[in-house]
Amino acid sequence: MQSNPQLNANGELRHLLSIEGLPGEVLLGILDTAASFVGVTEREVKKVPILRGKSVFNLFFEPSTRTRTTFEIAAKRLSADVINLNIAASSQTKGESLLDTVANLSAMQADVFVVRHASSGAPFLIAQHVKPHEHVINAGDGRHAHPTQGLLDLYTIRHYKQDFSRLTVAVVGDVLHSRVARSLIHGLTTLGTPEVRVIGPKTLLPTGVESLGVRVFHDMREGLRGADVVVMLRLQSERMRGALLPSAQEFFKHYGLTAEKLALARPDAIVMHPGPMNRGVEIDSSVADGPNSVILPQVTFGIAVRMAVMSMVAGTS
Amino acid sequence: MTPLPDAESLCAGLVAELRPIVGPNTAMIGLYTGGVWLAERLHAELAIAEPLGTMDIAFYRDDYNKQGLARDPKRTRIPFTVEGRDLLLVDDVLYTGRTVRAAMNELFDYGRPASISLVVLADRNGRELPICAQHCGVKVDVPADMRLRLRRGDDGKLRLELERAE
Repeated sequence: MQSNPQLNANGELRHLLSIEGLPGEVLLGILDTAASFVGVTEREVKKVPILRGKSVFNLFFEPSTRTRTTFEIAAKRLSADVINLNIAASSQTKGESLLDTVANLSAMQADVFVVRHASSGAPFLIAQHVKPHEHVINAGDGRHAHPTQGLLDLYTIRHYKQDFSRLTVAVVGDVLHSRVARSLIHGLTTLGTPEVRVIGPKTLLPTGVESLGVRVFHDMREGLRGADVVVMLRLQSERMRGALLPSAQEFFKHYGLTAEKLALARPDAIVMHPGPMNRGVEIDSSVADGPNSVILPQVTFGIAVRMAVMSMVAGTS
Repeated sequence: MTPLPDAESLCAGLVAELRPIVGPNTAMIGLYTGGVWLAERLHAELAIAEPLGTMDIAFYRDDYNKQGLARDPKRTRIPFTVEGRDLLLVDDVLYTGRTVRAAMNELFDYGRPASISLVVLADRNGRELPICAQHCGVKVDVPADMRLRLRRGDDGKLRLELERAE
């Protein structure tokens, strides 16, 4: 059996590259640890000393505000030193290779690399080449994975619904381009969610998506019926090449979440969105700001989840 | 080796010792795991008005670089204002003193207490820091390769146990 590059010999988390392939007990361990960090984020002094003296390098080869900021806040609350590198506008454009960039930063005594890259697999490549005391956290690679977002989604679902074993979760919209959807679906099935549905037009669902263990719906009303959790995805217009959709208005008509469509889900259903939201494209403002929405708590939990992941990986050898 | 003292009678002794010093400004915090069990008993029997605080010092340990993050850290819950309070900090066994050092550091991130007193069921040899207990059920000599710890039975009864250190 090939060993999992994310785990060390003791089965502890060494890098976080994707949710796929992580055992359920590791996922639950991260969620439990995050729950303890939620307590820290609610105190007056929102800082613990555990990563004092460690350096966290945020390597963003692709623009991001929310994810980069929450990683930065998380690292600072762990007392780490944070260095933000906006590489889109740096050496890479001068022709330096990815591994040379990382080798240079490693020479600056890095402990943790938080990596976002437009190419799927870039964080894996880096993880294969870092020194034993260095750790890699994937902050989104291409269309592949966004594990900390997936984990914060899992945390949010567990927070409001306690247990995965009786839930129906509907993931709606642009699944094709969504690394968030892929990470969440792997996490939900690993943790024993009995029904995971994906809802979207054929052109925005990856071929063979059923093999992930999900039910596919093209009719949103049908797919939302009885759902406990509705996860809306952002329509990733910047990733779309070619005419996958007639127009944003047309998309909203069929796959936008309105109060009328949400009424088909369970009355206590929660509505999630990884952000940034396109109001009036995939979600109506009345729902985004409505009583079922947990979109802002997701952001808060995201900090605790990233604190958990960083403190777990940086302590393994 | 002489048999270990009975944890239940040590607990009763601590209740009697603490009763005269508990006042309206007193609050109690138990340290996971054994310290919380002991604190739950003391807190109930002393009828302390403020709800019991519980603390896991996982994020303040000094051996993170050697051991990594402890598995399954519990959430610290301090349901009262620490500022200006007379705190009773409760643990089962006082050994190296490192847990108490970490707990005091964490406490000061909640506020500046008026005082902190340390309450332990057992004080064993092997201190590595200048820390001592103000209220201690018993002093025991334990071989260096052994660990003394508190257990709670299904019936809720507390007992001290010796086991080989990992």
